[in-house]
Amino acid sequence: MSLEIKNLHVNVDGHEILKGIDLVINPGEVHSIMGPNGSGKSTLAQVLARRDAYHVTEGSVAFNGKDLLEMKPEEAACEGVFLAFQYPVEIPGISNAYFLRSALNAQRKFRGEEEMDAMDFLPFFREKLKLLEMDEKLMNRSLNEGFSGGEKKRNEVLQMSILEPKLAVLDETDSGLDIDALRIVANGVNALRSPERSFLVVTHYQRLLNYIKPDFVHVLVDGRIMRSGGPELALELEDKGYGWIEQEAAAL
Amino acid sequence: MSSNTDTIRNLAQQDYKWGFVTEIEEERIPKGLNEDVIRLISAKKHEPEFMLEWRLKAYRHWASLERADAEPKWANIKYGPINYQDISYYSAPKQKKQLNSLDELDPEILRTYEKLGIPLAEQKMLAGVAVDAVFDSVSVATTFKGKLAEAGVIFCSFSEAVQKHPELVKKYLGSVVPVTDNFFAALNSAVFSDGSFVYVPKGVRCPLELSTYFRINAAETGQFERTLIIADEGAYVSYLEGCTAPIRDEHQLHAAVVELIALDNAQIKYSTVQNWYPGDKQGRGGIYNFVTKRGACRGVNSKISWTQVETGSAITWKYPSCILQGDNSVGEFYSVALTNNYQQADTGTKMIHLGKNTSSTVVSKGISAGHGQNTYRGQVKILKGAQGARNYTQCDSLLIGDKCGAHTFPYIEVKNSTARMEHEASTSKIGEDQLFYLQQRGLKTEDAVSMIVNGFCKQVFRELPMEFAVEAQKLLSVSLEGSVG
Repeated sequence: MSLEIKNLHVNVDGHEILKGIDLVINPGEVHSIMGPNGSGKSTLAQVLARRDAYHVTEGSVAFNGKDLLEMKPEEAACEGVFLAFQYPVEIPGISNAYFLRSALNAQRKFRGEEEMDAMDFLPFFREKLKLLEMDEKLMNRSLNEGFSGGEKKRNEVLQMSILEPKLAVLDETDSGLDIDALRIVANGVNALRSPERSFLVVTHYQRLLNYIKPDFVHVLVDGRIMRSGGPELALELEDKGYGWIEQEAAAL
Repeated sequence: MSSNTDTIRNLAQQDYKWGFVTEIEEERIPKGLNEDVIRLISAKKHEPEFMLEWRLKAYRHWASLERADAEPKWANIKYGPINYQDISYYSAPKQKKQLNSLDELDPEILRTYEKLGIPLAEQKMLAGVAVDAVFDSVSVATTFKGKLAEAGVIFCSFSEAVQKHPELVKKYLGSVVPVTDNFFAALNSAVFSDGSFVYVPKGVRCPLELSTYFRINAAETGQFERTLIIADEGAYVSYLEGCTAPIRDEHQLHAAVVELIALDNAQIKYSTVQNWYPGDKQGRGGIYNFVTKRGACRGVNSKISWTQVETGSAITWKYPSCILQGDNSVGEFYSVALTNNYQQADTGTKMIHLGKNTSSTVVSKGISAGHGQNTYRGQVKILKGAQGARNYTQCDSLLIGDKCGAHTFPYIEVKNSTARMEHEASTSKIGEDQLFYLQQRGLKTEDAVSMIVNGFCKQVFRELPMEFAVEAQKLLSVSLEGSVG
């Protein structure tokens, strides 16, 4: 359940976005990555989820002692990596419930566990729905179809609670959420905190961190982690903005 | 529906001594097509005079077209010339090559059967394995026929109908697809081998879904099948054609004709799942499926629905259509057509509105993968007297990969100003975002593609009888294997 990123360099379309990231996340820890737009926060999240378009040019990532960079997206997922997307897609014709059960069973099969049939899935599912204050009727709709931004983000956390990952990466989950939705999403995430699970919360704003209190905060500017600290670092950023760190980064 | 499955399950669980009787016809007629061949076919089937006359009329018309080089060439498909003299038009009831066990079967075929979820007993039957514990199709058919007889439904082979119900055959044969309709219909009318005949009497709701599976000798697919289904006033019937198991045939050309007639307040639901040999990955071999299917909604408030899932054949050329004669009649066409590797399809429908307040619905889902070429060709015709007609057409294409093609040729002819027409079309690819989302949740690429494609086809699958719908989904997955690298 530990994540070890060493000197990670990532290219997208020929541009270097991540310029040597070092980061260790131990089981049970909640880390937050903050930074101005274009700093590479989403890139880091997508690379961990193993998106093809992001080319690793140098460095390594070990997840539970295994080489994460060798894995395909579905393999990383089955090993326990979950990405809560910033912009979740819609897929017509497949109901949310059916999709979730399929994903769960795909992962169980990979791990050699018994698959869950519809009868067992339902109560498990309903319990999580309640936690995220989501209407069961929504679940019969096609995946994310017609969902508002807030509903989509809640659906991401719902999926997270069903798939029970070891490393949950939240990619700007707070963007586009009003205060109530934020509260619900944060509750969902907090309910999943456990000594066996780690979180990487990517966010632009400090506000989310009032609800999901991190153990560590890192500031990413121009592809480098410029500062690391405790939750008070987030408050410092809220107070001063990113300017002072951006200047430091520019001088490098 | 469930009564079908129960019947099969009960019988399959019993131990039957499978007495496989092969009828070996000593005579084989030489290849070629001429009047003598027609007479021979009719004689071998012991047909009454009227049937032979009908065949000859059709043959003469076909021959005149052939001489005038009038074989239609307008479809968006390419194929080499067909030598009509190089086909044997009468073959003995096919003697299935006998295997001792499924182990002797091509492992590829076996793998497909497993993926499609075909029960072991059926696999053996399809493969021609002579084994003890295979259920006896004759017994199954007998039980089935009993229930139908109680309801007064006639369901038999076309050949049997010509013998036992000539008056019905005479009355309706060729009334929807006349011998002069088109080149392949003329050919079929001259040389058809067999097919299904269904007559549902007044006011009867057919108690079971009719499937070609239950027709004795139905396991073989005829090269030139002829089917006639009549739903008398107030009747209802649901007919299933085909199966998901891939079927090979040494005959390349298949030209079937299906005629449906629905009288006042009657309904016919015709569902097809077709997975004939599509040719190899390089596009060699494969069956040509040139079919004429048409339904006449003769009566007031009558309804005919066509639902098809076409994944097989090297070339598919068919337009199941509805002639909406009766006032308030309804025509429906729901289709999923898949072309992978080098398959070609030019398929669609014709909805002809004649009566008053008629309505038609067309939902066509085309999926192209590999080097497949998929064409939707649809005609909606509102004639002058068709007051208050309504049509809704939706044709969607899904492209997988960048070497395939999707084409659309909608024809809309409206001669009555009270008509309401809606036409929607969309073309899409499987989004990389969508794929990644599903992969990130743990689904393998193939399963993700399958899920997206099934979602795409949902509107059509919903219209299929349940057993077919489940099979159809699996069939689509199997047919798309290897299409996304």
